[in-house]
Amino acid sequence: MKARLLWPLAIFLVLSVFLGLGLKLNPREVPSPLIGKAAPDFEAASLMNPDKTLRRADLLGKVWILNVWASWCAPCRTEHPVFVAYAKTGGTPVYGLNYKDKREDALRWLGQLGNPYADTLSDSTGRIGINYGVYGVPETFVVDRNGVIRYKHVGPVTMEVMRDKIEPLLRQLNA
Amino acid sequence: MRKSLMQIVYLALCLAFGQGWAYAQEAAPVAANPQLETRMMVLAAELRCLVCQNQTIADSHATLAVDLRQQIRELLEAGQDDRQILDYMTDRYGDFVLYRPPFKATTLVLWVGPGILLVIAVGTLIHVLRRRQRLGADAFDPDTDDPEADNSLTRTGTDSHVQN
Repeated sequence: MKARLLWPLAIFLVLSVFLGLGLKLNPREVPSPLIGKAAPDFEAASLMNPDKTLRRADLLGKVWILNVWASWCAPCRTEHPVFVAYAKTGGTPVYGLNYKDKREDALRWLGQLGNPYADTLSDSTGRIGINYGVYGVPETFVVDRNGVIRYKHVGPVTMEVMRDKIEPLLRQLNA
Repeated sequence: MRKSLMQIVYLALCLAFGQGWAYAQEAAPVAANPQLETRMMVLAAELRCLVCQNQTIADSHATLAVDLRQQIRELLEAGQDDRQILDYMTDRYGDFVLYRPPFKATTLVLWVGPGILLVIAVGTLIHVLRRRQRLGADAFDPDTDDPEADNSLTRTGTDSHVQN
């Protein structure tokens, strides 16, 4: 067989590899430029207690998880039990960011499904969300003791993501 | 037949213009300053909406796009220039939001890849044309009986028999 005739086969194989890799990529998972950078500053009213102000500075010195959610967000409903279960283990505190939501809807939602959050920031205008580069709720961030974002997950956190990605990172950060 | 065709065309026109009208209603300028609005739309057309990834922030009706247009308006009002506003967006959402990404190591393949493919394609074309140029003129005449071609046909025919 002439080598020349193998060319189409070679080109086909190269294309298949590239297209195959392309199939595995998720275009919704945009790498965040915020990883490794300081978590953006915020000053927000607490959802549970609107008179209380939550600041990023108050959280320095401990590892924490930020979970962006909204009562209108259907996938948030599927991931919520993962955080409820995680909160029962009493590990790293999870802070909620209630994104572009109505307070009464948010409170009803937490009343129905349980409240795993150490506290929840109200972000009714979505400004804090923009600073954190939020584009698809739910999103979850892990912030270390120095206030640096170490991990971001877009979309619902599943038991597997919690077990294989977040918990090992938390163990490392809390060590 | 012709009548029904006209009806379809009429219906299509109604749908097209009806929808255009609906969009025009929605896109009523929010800012009082039309100059600022134009500048905002020019910038928004440079940015990808991350919720519906094949639309610009200027085109998209997603709430995030509406919020980001408002954010651009406010940044413009605060006196920021285009560069600062694009930096503001890439700081939060990464280079992916830019429809014209910057030239750097991670985007090298994106920028140079098509050029390399073009060079390969033109190179192959020149190579093929040169080779054909060296062939005699009779090699391209389909009307003449080519005894050699006939021979090669029968030859491959017998070959395949042998293989079988």
